[in-house]
Amino acid sequence: MPLVLTEEQEMLRDAARGFLDAKAPVSALRKLRDTNDPDGFSRDLWKEMAEMGWAGILVDEEFGGADFGFVGAGVLAEEMGRTLTASPFLSTSVLAATALKKLGSDAQRQQSLPKIAAGEMLYALAVDEGAKHAPAKTAMAAEKHGNGFRLSGDKTFIADGHVADKIIVAARSAGAPGEEQGLTLFLVDAKSNGVSVERTQMVDSRNAARIRFDGVEATGDDVLGEVDGGYAALEGVLGAGRAGLAAEMSGAAQTAFKMTVDYLKERKQFGTEIGRFQALQHRAAHLYSEIELAKSATLKALQELDESYDMAGVVCSLAKAKAGAAAKLASQEAVQMHGGIGMTDEYDIGFYMKRIRVAQEMFGDPAFHADRIARLRGY
Amino acid sequence: MSDLETFRKETRAWLEENCPKEMRDAGAGGEDAICWGGKRWTFQSEAQKIWLQRMAAKGWTVPAWPKEYGGGGLSRDEVKILKAEMRRLRARSPLESFGIWMLGPALLKYGTHEQKAHFLPPIARGEIRWCQGYSEPNAGSDLASLQCKCEDKGDHWLINGQKIWTSYADESDWIFVLVRTDPSATKHTGISFILVDMGQEGVSTKPIKLISGKSPFCETFFDDATAPKEHAPGVSAIVGELNKGWDVAKYLLTHEREMIGAGGSGSLFAARSPGEIAAQKSGLGDDGRLEDTLLRGKIAEADVDGWAFMLTMERMKDEAKTGQGVGANSSMLKYYGTELNKRRFELMMDAGGSDELEWEGERTRDGKLARGWLRTKANSIEGGTSEVQLNIIAKRILELPGS
Repeated sequence: MPLVLTEEQEMLRDAARGFLDAKAPVSALRKLRDTNDPDGFSRDLWKEMAEMGWAGILVDEEFGGADFGFVGAGVLAEEMGRTLTASPFLSTSVLAATALKKLGSDAQRQQSLPKIAAGEMLYALAVDEGAKHAPAKTAMAAEKHGNGFRLSGDKTFIADGHVADKIIVAARSAGAPGEEQGLTLFLVDAKSNGVSVERTQMVDSRNAARIRFDGVEATGDDVLGEVDGGYAALEGVLGAGRAGLAAEMSGAAQTAFKMTVDYLKERKQFGTEIGRFQALQHRAAHLYSEIELAKSATLKALQELDESYDMAGVVCSLAKAKAGAAAKLASQEAVQMHGGIGMTDEYDIGFYMKRIRVAQEMFGDPAFHADRIARLRGY
Repeated sequence: MSDLETFRKETRAWLEENCPKEMRDAGAGGEDAICWGGKRWTFQSEAQKIWLQRMAAKGWTVPAWPKEYGGGGLSRDEVKILKAEMRRLRARSPLESFGIWMLGPALLKYGTHEQKAHFLPPIARGEIRWCQGYSEPNAGSDLASLQCKCEDKGDHWLINGQKIWTSYADESDWIFVLVRTDPSATKHTGISFILVDMGQEGVSTKPIKLISGKSPFCETFFDDATAPKEHAPGVSAIVGELNKGWDVAKYLLTHEREMIGAGGSGSLFAARSPGEIAAQKSGLGDDGRLEDTLLRGKIAEADVDGWAFMLTMERMKDEAKTGQGVGANSSMLKYYGTELNKRRFELMMDAGGSDELEWEGERTRDGKLARGWLRTKANSIEGGTSEVQLNIIAKRILELPGS
C-alpha cells in the first residue's frame, strides 16, 4: 500500500481542517482554561463532531459508525493537533472504540458502540499507576470474589477520567507486578461504589484524572477480553492510542513549525528579517526534516493498524517515539526562535509546547518506545 | 493487478533460473563486490560476467529506461517488483555506474535522440564507464564558480583546466564535464555540459589517497584536451543547450542527492548493525540486554531514526508517483540520510571497541569497518555538503528570505 492518503482520506482531512479552524481554534482551548470549565471540553462541539461521524470514526456501520479505519482516525487526530482541540476523541473514539471493537463480546459491543458513535457515552482508559508508563508493572488488584472480582488500587494520568461515564481499567487478577501474564481488563461504570475520581489540572489545560478504586465490584460480564490474558489485548489498544497521539503530535508540531517559519519571515532585527540568518535557517531546515520523518512513521503505523492490527505494535512504538521526539524539538525551537514573545501567555505557541509535553509522555515517552524497539532487535 | 502478478511470477522464475548461485549474496561483499563495467574492467568471476550479460540482454541493468536505449521499458510498479524479487534471492545488482545513476538520467531528460541512441546502450551493457567532472580546487560548495575553460575551435572544443574529487576517474573511459564556454557571462549562465573521451593525451588523472587509505577520488587534468563538435554524425558533444549546462548540472545533482541519501539507508540493510555489533562485542547482561545502557539508548535512537527515514524515502517516492515531485526534498533526503549513516558508523565503532581498530590483518579483514567508517565522512560532503543542503531546504522548501 502506498504511503500516502487516499482521496477519501484527503477529503476527510480537508473537511476536518475547515471545521476545526472555524469551531475549535486555540482560542477555544484558552477559553476553556480561563473559565475553568468543569468539563474541560465543549459538549456542544462534541455533539457536532459525532454528527459528522467523528465520534464513531472506528465504529462499524452496523453500529452507526463511519468505519473509516485507523488512518481516518489519525487524520482527525492530526487535525485536532493542529488546533489543539480539546475533545474526548482519543479516549472514547480511539481507545475505547478499539478496545470494545476488538475485545468486546457481542453484548458489550451492541451496548457500547452505538452510544460511542452517537457521542452519547464517554469513556476513559486507566492504565498507569506510577509517574512513568509501565503497563506490565500493573499492581492494581482484581481479587476473585464470589462469581466476580473486587478491584482495588490507584490509577493516574487518565485522559478524560473526570468526565467518563465508563472506565476501562487494567488490573492484576494473577501473577506479580512486572509479569505480563495475569492482567485483566474491566469495564467499570464511573458511578460504581468505591470509585473516586479526582480531576487533575494538567500543564496542557486538558482533561485528566486520578482514580481510586476501593473494592469496586465487577462481574464476569464486566470483563473485557480474557481473564488473566489481558496484556496482549491491552497492548493492541495502546498501540492505537499511541498512533493516535503520534498523529496529534505530528499535527501540533507542523503548526508550531509553520508559526515559527512565518515568524522568521516577518520579525526584523539588525535591520532585516531574522529568517535571513543562516544560524536560524539551518535549525529550521533540520527541524523540517525531523517532522517529515515523524509524518512518515505515523502514517505507516496507522496503515499497519488497518492492515494487520495484531502486528502493528512495533510500528506504533516507532511512530510514538519519532513523533514525540520531533514534536518536542519543534516546540522547543518554536519558543526559542520566537524569542521573548514565545514566553508570553498571550501568544499561542506556549500552548503547543505544553500539549506536546503531555502527549509525548502519555502511553510511553520516546525513550520507552525506542527501548522497546531495542529489545525486539535483540540488544 | 493480475498483470503485475503475472509479471512477478515470470520475473521470479527467470531470476531463479538465471541468477548464478555465486551472485546471491547481495550486501555481503560491500563496495568490493560491485560490478562497475567499462573497457578496463576485469570481472571478479565468470558468474559476475554471466550475470551482467543476462541482465543486460533483458534490459534489466536499467529496468526503467526505454527499450530502444538498452533498458527494460518497465513501469514503476514493475521495477518495484523486480527489485523486490531480486532482494528475495539476495541477488547482487548486476551493474552499478555513474552512467546509470547520473549521465543516463541527464541524457534521458536533456539529450537528443541521437545522443541517447549513441551513449545509453553501452552504459546499459556495462561497456563504457563514465565519471563526473564537476568540482574544481576553487569550486566546491560554490560549484557555479567553476573555471575549467572550453573554447570553440570550429570543428572541435578545446578544454583546459582541472577537476577534483572525480570519483574513479583513473578507471573510467569517458567523462561528463562542466566547463565554462562563455567567460563573459554571469556565473550560472556561461556553463556547458560536455562529453569527453578520456582516451586521449590531453586528459590525465591522479588518484588522491584518502583517510580510509583508499583512493576512490582523483584529480583530473585537461591540457589542450579536445572533443569533436559531434562524436558521431548528429551526436553533439554538448548536452542541452550551449551555456545552459547549469540546468543539466542541477538536475543531475538532484539525482545524485537522492542516491547518496538512499546510500544512508543502504547501511540499514547491511550485514552488520550497531546493535548486533554491540551484542557480540560487549556481551549481554543476565536480562539479555546490552549492559552499556548509554550506548544502548543511542543505538536505539539511531534505529528509530533509521526506520523512520526509510519510511520517509518510501513516502516521498509514493508522493512523487501521485504527481507531487520529490523536488527539493532530495536535499532533505541527502542531508538526513548521510548524517544518519555517519551516526550509525560512529555507533558501530563505539560498539566494536578496540577490536575494530585493527587497520590490517585477517581479524578485521584489513580494517573493513574502520575504513567504511572513514568513508562515511565523505557522505555529508560529496554531492553538496550538509550545510548546502540545509541552505536549499531553507530557500526552496521553507522559502526563507535571501539565502
